[in-house]
Amino acid sequence: MKISSEEVAKVARLSRLDLTQEKTDQYAAQLGDILGYMDKLSELDTANVEPMYTPVNQVSVMRDDVVVNDYSREDILKNAPETDGAFFIVPRIV
Amino acid sequence: MPELSALTLSQVRAKLADKSISAVEATEAALARIAATEPKVQALLSVQAEEARALAKALDAAGPDPAQPLWGVPLVVKDVLATKGVPTTCASKMLENFRPVYDATAVAKLKEAGAVLVGKANMDEFAMGSTTENSAYFATKNPWDLSRVPGGSSGGSGAAIAACQAYGALGTDTGGSIRLPASFCGIVGVKPTYGRVSRFGMVAFGSSLDQIGPMTRTVEDAARLLGVIAGHDTKDSTSVDVPVPDYVGALAKRRDLKGLTIGLPAEYWDEGLSPEVAEACAAAVKQAEELGAKTKRVNLKLSQYAIAVYYIIATAEASSNLARFDGVRYGYRDTDASSLIDMYVKSRTRGFGEEVQRRIILGTYVLSSGYYDAYYRKAAQVRRLLRQDFEAALAECDVLMGAVCPTTAFKVGQMTSDPLQMYLMDIFTISTNLAGLPGMSLPVGLGRESGMPVGLQITGRAFDEATMLQLAHVLEQSVPATGTPAL
Repeated sequence: MKISSEEVAKVARLSRLDLTQEKTDQYAAQLGDILGYMDKLSELDTANVEPMYTPVNQVSVMRDDVVVNDYSREDILKNAPETDGAFFIVPRIV
Repeated sequence: MPELSALTLSQVRAKLADKSISAVEATEAALARIAATEPKVQALLSVQAEEARALAKALDAAGPDPAQPLWGVPLVVKDVLATKGVPTTCASKMLENFRPVYDATAVAKLKEAGAVLVGKANMDEFAMGSTTENSAYFATKNPWDLSRVPGGSSGGSGAAIAACQAYGALGTDTGGSIRLPASFCGIVGVKPTYGRVSRFGMVAFGSSLDQIGPMTRTVEDAARLLGVIAGHDTKDSTSVDVPVPDYVGALAKRRDLKGLTIGLPAEYWDEGLSPEVAEACAAAVKQAEELGAKTKRVNLKLSQYAIAVYYIIATAEASSNLARFDGVRYGYRDTDASSLIDMYVKSRTRGFGEEVQRRIILGTYVLSSGYYDAYYRKAAQVRRLLRQDFEAALAECDVLMGAVCPTTAFKVGQMTSDPLQMYLMDIFTISTNLAGLPGMSLPVGLGRESGMPVGLQITGRAFDEATMLQLAHVLEQSVPATGTPAL
């Protein structure tokens, strides 16, 4: 299964990673091997099989719509790379 | 080694409870053992000596509390688990200075039980790896042979227990990350049923695969730890609300293995095992038969597809889970960046190691438009078929048995140049995570050729850890003792 360096570069942009050309080519080769291995799955007939995304049966576990304040603003900002004490500060977007 | 360090968790727990030793003595012994062995083993990313001493002193002032099943017991916790106010790095540069503002539920439960947490264990970065060589800080060595790997991704936890630095550890297992290091380090490691232990506070890798579990020197020790951390948690909507049995009490109820049927999957025995692993595991099975168990050959016909399914699902989930690391609210932020997007890109590129980036790329690819159905959806369908395979086998047997890994611990650097080769080491462990079943590694002796520990894998029915632990406990008394490494 060949995966091109262009495809790897596109996926890298999607995942917000900046790869050198060397890394891009290296990943293309390695991922090609790995994906080739995964092509085995096409041998199996899964026509009427429901996908299993999780081992547990419960989905959409609900709770009462009640506000619970578990953490203070100070806690939440504690690990912030940059803060003014009220907000997370980031570079301008516009 | 100091006498106190050689005790098991259950033994030290009893001595603490009846005041034969004080919490301060137990903590000082652990800290001394850590100081003596860390230069060689490098199991820990951080040691909380002052916090541990202060807690031990406070515990002694209050006296042993029979309502606290781990009163005064020094333990270690894998650095993927949130510990309030204490560094939690996931062995990544991305979280080098991160200190959580809360405890993971499993950690909180250990503290409520009176345990003294002495250190955070090294691991493969963000739990991605099988040897702990992917840690962004340093590699941990196998205490049995310092030129060999301890396994991964909970390699620090495995090595810490094998080196008797603490009496028990929490590891995490997404594709074998408790069972493999337990096997390579000659200790017991248990991955509970998915949903048995709350994942709240465990930095997520593969949310449908991850579980926290105990790593200890004996089965009884593991049963004690599991009993403390298991249980429903409203903070984890994937945790299941089923009662937690008395695992320790269950151990006493069985003296032999009469009435139990052990399934031996042909796909796990017929080929691929190194001779020394095959020999040690086959001898353990023979012991089990002598103890009264019936054995039965079964088939897990879809085993050959498990790795493909796992690496599609796990990387897809990881690519989603790791999207949160963008330098905005916590973690590494690159200050060279010229704009917000550039900040995301630079922070992630410089903060994440190579294996993590590789898996993010792979996961993003299999989820991307045009490929989603061919890879992710297909893998999820095969996942259901894999589980049905297990359910069929476990309808006829109480547990399944095989080796944890085809080999014993290999040399440092042996696998790092070929990612696919590395992934194939997980071949016997990953199906258990895909199916959501409980699994464990039991040390069954040293390999004839390498002299390194061999781990037998036992897989049980969903939420039936009690039977799995009972069987392991009985078998443990009969197989050759693994002992502790001379460090």
